[in-house]
Amino acid sequence: MKMDPNFSRVLHVELTTGKSSVLMIEDRHMHIGGSGLAAVLYERYGVLDAPADDPRQPLIFAIGPLTGFYPLMSKVVCGFRSPYSGEWAESHAGGRLALSIRFAGYDALMITGKAKQLSALIIGSRSCEVEGVTYLRGKDVFATGKFLRRFGKKNSGHRSAIRIGQAGERGVAYACINVDSFRHFGRLGSGAAMGFKNLKGIVVSGDGAFDLPEGKAYADMMKDIYQDITETGKMKKYHDLGTPQNLIPLNELQALPWNNLQKTHDDRVDNISGETFAKQLLLRQVACAGCPVGCIHIGLLRQQFANEHEFLYKQVSYDYEPIFAQGSMLGITSAADVLALLDETEKLGLDCMSAGVALAWAAEATEKGIVSKEETIVDLKFGEMKGFLNGLKFIATGENAFYQALSRGSMAAAKLYGGEEFACVLGQEMAGYATGEVFFVASAYGFRHSHLDTGGYAFDQNNTEKNAGKAVEFMLEDERGRIYINSMMGCLFARGTYGPEKLKDALTAAGFGNIADNLEAAGKYIQKLRWQLKCKTGFDVDAVKIPKRFTEVVTWKGGIDTGYMDEVATLYATAIKEMAYGKE
Amino acid sequence: MKRLEAVRMEQCIGCHSCSLACARLVHKKLSWNTAGIRISSAGGLTTGFEAHICVACDPAPCAEVCPTEALKQRKGGGVIVTHDKCIKCGKCAEVCPVDAIYYETESDLPYLCIHCGRCVPFCPHNCIELRDIPAREEG
Repeated sequence: MKMDPNFSRVLHVELTTGKSSVLMIEDRHMHIGGSGLAAVLYERYGVLDAPADDPRQPLIFAIGPLTGFYPLMSKVVCGFRSPYSGEWAESHAGGRLALSIRFAGYDALMITGKAKQLSALIIGSRSCEVEGVTYLRGKDVFATGKFLRRFGKKNSGHRSAIRIGQAGERGVAYACINVDSFRHFGRLGSGAAMGFKNLKGIVVSGDGAFDLPEGKAYADMMKDIYQDITETGKMKKYHDLGTPQNLIPLNELQALPWNNLQKTHDDRVDNISGETFAKQLLLRQVACAGCPVGCIHIGLLRQQFANEHEFLYKQVSYDYEPIFAQGSMLGITSAADVLALLDETEKLGLDCMSAGVALAWAAEATEKGIVSKEETIVDLKFGEMKGFLNGLKFIATGENAFYQALSRGSMAAAKLYGGEEFACVLGQEMAGYATGEVFFVASAYGFRHSHLDTGGYAFDQNNTEKNAGKAVEFMLEDERGRIYINSMMGCLFARGTYGPEKLKDALTAAGFGNIADNLEAAGKYIQKLRWQLKCKTGFDVDAVKIPKRFTEVVTWKGGIDTGYMDEVATLYATAIKEMAYGKE
Repeated sequence: MKRLEAVRMEQCIGCHSCSLACARLVHKKLSWNTAGIRISSAGGLTTGFEAHICVACDPAPCAEVCPTEALKQRKGGGVIVTHDKCIKCGKCAEVCPVDAIYYETESDLPYLCIHCGRCVPFCPHNCIELRDIPAREEG
């Protein structure tokens, strides 16, 4: 196969009719790929004034120009209308999907319409089939994976199986899409977006081949980048303890959310620290295809299922955010209990962060007597795993009116039952950094409402002075830098390797000189387009509220300075409006 | 003579750096498949990984079945491959007992390990090694 640097090649599958077509999207020097390509596709094919569950809304999976060419270019962006916020949203995942899409011959897959029956989409370089899989209705993520692997058997190892669980089928607002068992399009409800299409899973076989760029430049660049990643030690922290290495430092900084953010420090952090997971439960590390780092940490969950020493074992992936959301945030101080909760979350196909934070709100609401067992069915008590385990199931099944509300998000439940002031929601359920004012504003207003939009948490940690202008300038600049990487679909861990100049050289060596020469203009264009789409699909920057709980947080710097936080928020909101609507 | 062996696959993290390097450096392709070493996971990622790689048969069934000597027996085991001599019959891939030959449909050519060892430095977990072929055991 040949790659054209001027076009993105997109497979468009229309599920209502069952027909597919290959689109050639021009002006690649402007949209690059990944985030940019997904936004361009939504701009052209999305329906701005229709809700997330409208079958016409596209569900997009896009890779970048460098996917397959270089290591750590191993991510996929999922672009969709969020069932959680109603807005244009992105979620990113690794696994084998990126290389599978590349070697199937595409830069993106776009799915519109709704299949007549529960279906799976089976794609390869020479195939595109929609298969009825009604027998998978209600099946959990793992069982679904096993069935899906029957498709494309001859491509074992060179294919990706992504799927949803019960939560996605039922339209839970924070249902995720599981990618190859251990990775996820986690936040903002991509799982429900897929469920709305009656689509249970997608299998992509990367069974094609491309010719290499001519000349020596690519080979030299590849060698240089590979050595930088594997021989300099800069990736060691991601492979060794992985992101959970942050638990102890953040706890020491009084920046780790505990018990629904009622506190930011607990002496028992050692029980759920990265070190404890590594020493006691780490089974092995695995990698995304095309990345030699191996940052995916798999823990061993051993469970006794009968009295006579009868055990089963499960492999559960863990990371910093999942341990925060279903560990410290729920007051859980046993690493094995965290894995048990994560395993259940995985099976059901829920976003572990939103599900954990929502249950943390429910536990505090129980503590305060706002809800009782009549609503919660089981005891939801900080530190006690079993109640939360049932809570997760009830969210996915929509067991009663309370859990149906909770499945729309903790703020949705709080609006019905009370307790909005302690719902830890910043656009969506918070990420695990109680570092201070800039992070809270960055999440509340940011594009993905997450710690991944900008390094707001890092600004809090590195700056003692309170300079709102400087903070907002940092957020905007950092966001633009991330947009480059997220349009290449490189892993954010790769930022140290792929600086702006290196990115340009890497692009040129791989045959994308047109993108390299236009990188700054493309970055600005994509940043603007993403914000325009988000605002046109319902994001009202003037309506953003930061719940009271975030003003009560005490960090190593002391209490939150609400005046400073408001100032940062006002400036950031103005900057977002400027990007979305132009200068007033 | 040396042969490539996947000696520590239990340490494999599934990064595919070896097969991508082989495709790139030996076969001049950007691909997962057109490579002499290919990594699969039998039953999802929870079961670990296995390498599809030429085990250096001697005699090699693929060479025996090749009608044009595109695949020729290598001394000590394995085969020497000459794509120019290949008439694209696909028999070599069919008879390989360990699924180590990938028959690529677009170029219509077989791809298999030539035991050059260029993939070895790309394995971050030392799963593969180029080892001397031991003296042949009769029997």
